[in-house]
Amino acid sequence: MAEATLSSSPSTAKIAARQKVQDVNAPLWRNALFVAPYLFFFVTLLIVPLLWGIWLSLHKADAFGAGRFVGFDNYVRLFKDKIFIQAVGNTFYFVLLTVPTLAIIGLLLALALNRKTKMAAALRAVYFSSSVLSVTIVTLIWRIVFIGNFGLLATIYGWFGVPAPAFLSDPSLAMIGIAIATVWWCIGLPMMLFLSALQQVPAEIYEAAALDNASRWRTLWYITLPSIRRTFVLVLIIQVVLQFQLFGQAKLMTLGGPNNVSKPIVLYIYEAAFTKWDLGLGAAASEVLFILILIAAMAQYFISRRKGEEG
Amino acid sequence: MSAVSGGNMVGRSTGDRVILILAVVCAVIMMAPVLWVIGLSLKDNKELMADMNSVFHAPYTITNYVNILATSSVFRWILNSIVVAGGLTLFTLILASLAGYGFARLNFPFRNTLFIIVLLGLAIPEQAVLIARHQIFSWLKFHNTYHGLILPGLSAPFGVFLMTQYFRAIPKELDEAALLDNASRFKIFWKVLLPLTVPAQATLGIFTFLGAWNDYFWPLISGTKKEMYTLTIGIASTQTNFAQSEGLGFLMSQAVFAGAPILVLYLFFQKYIVTAVSGAAVR
Repeated sequence: MAEATLSSSPSTAKIAARQKVQDVNAPLWRNALFVAPYLFFFVTLLIVPLLWGIWLSLHKADAFGAGRFVGFDNYVRLFKDKIFIQAVGNTFYFVLLTVPTLAIIGLLLALALNRKTKMAAALRAVYFSSSVLSVTIVTLIWRIVFIGNFGLLATIYGWFGVPAPAFLSDPSLAMIGIAIATVWWCIGLPMMLFLSALQQVPAEIYEAAALDNASRWRTLWYITLPSIRRTFVLVLIIQVVLQFQLFGQAKLMTLGGPNNVSKPIVLYIYEAAFTKWDLGLGAAASEVLFILILIAAMAQYFISRRKGEEG
Repeated sequence: MSAVSGGNMVGRSTGDRVILILAVVCAVIMMAPVLWVIGLSLKDNKELMADMNSVFHAPYTITNYVNILATSSVFRWILNSIVVAGGLTLFTLILASLAGYGFARLNFPFRNTLFIIVLLGLAIPEQAVLIARHQIFSWLKFHNTYHGLILPGLSAPFGVFLMTQYFRAIPKELDEAALLDNASRFKIFWKVLLPLTVPAQATLGIFTFLGAWNDYFWPLISGTKKEMYTLTIGIASTQTNFAQSEGLGFLMSQAVFAGAPILVLYLFFQKYIVTAVSGAAVR
């Protein structure tokens, strides 16, 4: 700081001396006072609970505290529990249903709406609007769409005299129903991320392509898509992390049913901890989820980096 | 101008128009469930029970909305949501601005290490800390209080990350000049730099407010008394008699009632939200 002022401005020795006095008066650690308030909450509300959660997962804990130390018993119980294994499978299935769909539809919408007309702006607003609703409202809307006999879907199918698929009560369709509602709810963010990436692509590249008479598809394939590859990975990582945490939709639309086919890991955690009050088991399940999310996010990150180095 | 910004979608060809029309059709399909729910909310419950198709024609009524105002705890829930989301937003802005300034501009021992640890905090999912937080908060008797609902949100590292990036982008000459005038660090922060961060404050404020307003998990396990429900939890709690179609219009009017304010807010701040999302993406 001191040498910067000396070199950058024609400051007099007097001013430089005055600043030096201030630096001496204010020791460096006092600067940390600016970050201290946040760090206090960071440590007490994030780091301590994280460590305490890991500690809890090694105990037979109930609502009143960490009880007896049981080592990895909770984890063994988890992996012997067929419902937990099923919940892990359900979660992966849900992620596979939603994340590619969100990325591809988001990209298509962004490509279609990347123009400076009022119409495009209005459509962008419409597609993003569902994202600001809470999960409660989203599920309320979609339950009434899917509900048998008198839902919107049943009404529309009824016009053609065909019975509607029972999205939320048919075991083979329940997760798909939740995925449809989720894509409807979450599509705004990927679209926006792709839009801002498209606007970062330098116009000169397109001008050069136009001079070469490159077709629309060739331009899309050889210029646009490669330029936004990093955003594509970003969208995938954000969505995988987000969709792994599926909870509200499953709890409010199907309660994890029928027969646990739509029970995700987080709903399992919630039930273990807050309806059975088996906090140790719930904590163990949440550590498993934590590790799964970390692996998935890191895998995508490293795969994209290796590709980036080659290309 | 528009041809350049259109990039890959240059020109006004037929293909271009087809794409736009498709986008409009999809938008209408996307809005259909919402319009239908609004329609249901405006119908007499008995008439709906007799014939769901009656939603497509008059008479419509606002009785359901009048009944919300008369019977349920919805005003208390709205108040709770405002206190929780507003309080969390205010404190987040304060904490994140101070920390962002500190990390971006000042030197102190272990600064880089601390910043990296905070960044790593971004990778911790809520579920990994939820159970322990719940237990700690029950020992402290924080459940079913406003501070119990607000405090966990204050630990989120996203705001600090965003503000640090933003402070770093402001030219250093600005505060160095003020430093020469012997202004204190805090005065420089307050008088010189903070006014320049208004766009970032808006971004962070909107994200924080929306997140807190729509949060479902923590209020579900912490605010368990009916009078401490947030709007999100309150609306969810009224949906038990869903299978019987009686009161369907009433149920739907609650969804509209709860969703409308946030949608109106969105329409007002839409410009900032779009910049916010794009801005966060670029970094």
